Amino acid sequence: MARAQNGKSFSGGRIDVTNQAEVERIRRQRRRRTRGGRIALYTIAIIAGLIAAGPFIWSAITSFKVDPDLYTKANNPFIYNLPPTLEHWRFLLADTQFLTFAWNTFWVGFLVVSITLFVGLPAAYALARLEMKWSGPLGIAIFFVYLIPPTLLFIPMTRVVGNFGLLNNTWSLVLIYPTITIPVSIWLLTGFLKGIPKDVEEQALVDGYSRLSAFVRVVIPLAFPGIVAVIVFAFTLTAHEFIYALSFLSSTTEKTISIGVPTELIRGDVFFWQSLQAAVVFVALPIALVFNLLLGRFIAGFTMGAVKG
Amino acid sequence: MTPADRADGVGTAPPANVTRNPELTPRTRHQPKRKLADNESVLAKLFLLPTVIGIIGLVAFPFVLAILFSFSDVTTGNPSLDFVGLRQWRAILDSRVFWTALRNTIVFTVVSMALIVVIAHILATVLVKDFKGKWLVRFCVLLPWTTPVALAAVSWLWLLNSIFSPIDWVLRWFGLIETNLYYLGRPVLAMGSIIAVHVWRIVPVATVIIMAGHMAIPGEINDAAEIDGAGFWRKLREITIPLTLPISAVAVLFGAILTFADMTVVFILTRGGPTQATQVLSSWAFFKGIEGGDLAQGAAVALFLFPLLLAAAILILRAVRRSEVI
Amino acid sequence: MAHVVEVRGLKKHFEKGDIRAVDGVDIATREGEYLVLLGPSGCGKTTLLRMIAGLEEPTEGEILIGGNVVNGLPPRARGIAMVFQSYALYPHKTVLDNITFPLKTTIEDRAERREKAGWAADLLGIGGLLDRKPRHLSGGERQRVALARALVRDPSVFLLDEPLSNLDAKLRTSARDELKQFQERLGTTTIYVTHDQVEAMGLGDRIAVILNGKVRQIGPPREVYSHPADTFVATFIGSPPMNLIDRGDHLLGFRPENCLPIEAMGSNGDNLLEVDMQVHRIEYLSGDRHVYATISGLGPDDAHVITRIPATVDVAVAEDRTQRFAVHEKDLRFFDGDTGALTDSRPVRT
Repeated sequence: MARAQNGKSFSGGRIDVTNQAEVERIRRQRRRRTRGGRIALYTIAIIAGLIAAGPFIWSAITSFKVDPDLYTKANNPFIYNLPPTLEHWRFLLADTQFLTFAWNTFWVGFLVVSITLFVGLPAAYALARLEMKWSGPLGIAIFFVYLIPPTLLFIPMTRVVGNFGLLNNTWSLVLIYPTITIPVSIWLLTGFLKGIPKDVEEQALVDGYSRLSAFVRVVIPLAFPGIVAVIVFAFTLTAHEFIYALSFLSSTTEKTISIGVPTELIRGDVFFWQSLQAAVVFVALPIALVFNLLLGRFIAGFTMGAVKG
Repeated sequence: MTPADRADGVGTAPPANVTRNPELTPRTRHQPKRKLADNESVLAKLFLLPTVIGIIGLVAFPFVLAILFSFSDVTTGNPSLDFVGLRQWRAILDSRVFWTALRNTIVFTVVSMALIVVIAHILATVLVKDFKGKWLVRFCVLLPWTTPVALAAVSWLWLLNSIFSPIDWVLRWFGLIETNLYYLGRPVLAMGSIIAVHVWRIVPVATVIIMAGHMAIPGEINDAAEIDGAGFWRKLREITIPLTLPISAVAVLFGAILTFADMTVVFILTRGGPTQATQVLSSWAFFKGIEGGDLAQGAAVALFLFPLLLAAAILILRAVRRSEVI
Repeated sequence: MAHVVEVRGLKKHFEKGDIRAVDGVDIATREGEYLVLLGPSGCGKTTLLRMIAGLEEPTEGEILIGGNVVNGLPPRARGIAMVFQSYALYPHKTVLDNITFPLKTTIEDRAERREKAGWAADLLGIGGLLDRKPRHLSGGERQRVALARALVRDPSVFLLDEPLSNLDAKLRTSARDELKQFQERLGTTTIYVTHDQVEAMGLGDRIAVILNGKVRQIGPPREVYSHPADTFVATFIGSPPMNLIDRGDHLLGFRPENCLPIEAMGSNGDNLLEVDMQVHRIEYLSGDRHVYATISGLGPDDAHVITRIPATVDVAVAEDRTQRFAVHEKDLRFFDGDTGALTDSRPVRT
């Protein structure tokens, strides 16, 4: 009690509740602290938001700027010193292969995610539920595959892809990208499936379903948050992938956004800056919107997967 | 309970003395052979077969191939695998660029991760609370992660431009600098820029993961700590951080692998310059192997990634296991 | 007599008044008493407890501890200690660290803290578990650690939120007994939340029955049992619950053990209400007989009732037969047909 009575900042411990002046002081201190906390919270949130989104805001603004406006050092980069134009967006969408890149990224992503789920979900189920002697070591082995990144394998992989006759062909990505997405997905899904109680499955078995049936009809619906997490993660990995695409693909029409934009919109020393920024905005916004919608599910799936895995 | 009553005896007949209620009889009334769809051993193997084949064919095999390459003189002009012993390895260890790249790879990763962990924890603490406009902040904080690395790097290329950098414009406007900083032109600034971009793009992922960890702590434990007299800082130090350690470790592992194995940022921002000052192992392997055509040396350089990643993974996983509390 | 804890006009509303978790509660505890807040899930009892603790701020009303208003004060300044349903032990700390955690703010000296923790642990019989982590303890042991942690704070009031519900049934009875003895020894005022009326009846010096955020009745177990303030209290307390028979504009109630076969009722015939019961089923539970029957004629419809015949009464009762039972007039209770509140006696003979 001496701590409180000597006027020092109150941090804990009992106080003499009958001392009204003391009580009032604590109350005021608490209100001050809460307010201070709120201010700190908003400050951090705003700064974080600005730093994170700043480049994108700038990208969006820049994509409409005319050349003289952009290429003047003294000009404010965040406002239109000269009237904005749609020319660069038109250029991007009509005069470059950007839409081809986007389409390539999209259908490759779709196929890779599908393959990932088709191969990874049963595999995760086998590891989580169908306990065999070799389940444990195999699980660890699969995880360790994740430690062999594309930047390690890209040189021999280029030869392997060549052997399949898929060099300079977008289909090479459909073949190779699952090697990146599947190990992580199995890791996430195994952890997630382990967290689902066995009762519902066992109920299905008692009701006359086979293991396979139970897996399809019962487990897969229950694993939905985990599946969403995997879809988000796998698509992200696919859309972001750079080195394999750069190594395998050289023709413009085969490229994905990730390598197409930096290589095709930069012709020698000439950077089509505004169109580049338009591309960034074009890609970032829809993905961000989808992410936000799914964030809740994603966190649920990821937590269970990562912690129990 | 007779064996016929066991839950997994699907399809076996009920005991004779039990009156059959037609509504309760299971669909399979007689005793069929155990179907394939029930044989767990076969199912397990079947479910895992594609994965195993994929791993062997498309990961293990290229990995072995990389090792073989590194002991050969394979180039894009000479595709045959002729054994040359340790020649490539010696050449690499003799080159100054290699040691720079090795140092950079480690330094970039360690510094980035240190910054990421701190920032992500702070952000996670903020984002789990309720406040006005939370969805907007969340949306913004997620943006760096949603964009392909290459595209974001292209944006940063201009943001760090030696003449037109908007960042420098703002700094000049505030009167903090006179002439522009050559972010990508000076070695130290260039390294700092690369680290900054890595931190910028990975903080969102790390924050989301750590947020999940925060939300996994039961509310009653926070309540008990409040009642027990722990203020904000003490709660953070003694309760929140220790309990989120396992999941923070996972975030660190993911982030470290993402940074360590990345060549995109370096490739686009500096191409390894100025004069190889920001070269990392993976980017150098690319320049040597794909652009330069020296597949053998490229493969050898890339192989250096493996032991480092392995060591990091083992360390982190061990830390996770030790701090397991539930 | 000083009220250790008092709440006046306490309200807690959510969603701009759409959800009223606590809707005007006035309670004053007595020094050293064991007060039980009893009610079904969602009745507001836990919210009430949390407001007293300081984990939530009331929408309206005042909370007083030791005669002083504590609204706005953080929990740690109120001199209270709380035990949660899940015990909320810090999983990464040892038992000793769990118990000394609250002491870190008041006692600087580590040895002194350890000594006090040791004292609390010994008091609760867990002195030998100080080095273990919570995950290596049984449910009962964890509960005691939670109590020890609460004890070291020297609180003026203990707040307990269903601390026995996580124990298995067998353990619960002995834990209940120990808890009561523990509290009597310490003499600290205790507020205890539960949905289990058996626990409430066994532990409480007074019981406050709560429904929809309001206190329906507050009084010693005996009083709440034999003179329930309304039909909710009447049916919530007591197992089997009080029988209620609809008689049009009012309800007639009597407890199962007050209705016995007429042969067992003794000879003061003029104070008895006699009824013919059609017996359906008899359950034999712990020596008593629970008789499930129907009474016709007391009200507009047939009434299903349960009576409890103790083992000491030998009279034969058979299923599927009608038999005459009787209830003492003094054991009859009457409740208003609209409000359900206890009313004065009404005439019963038809």
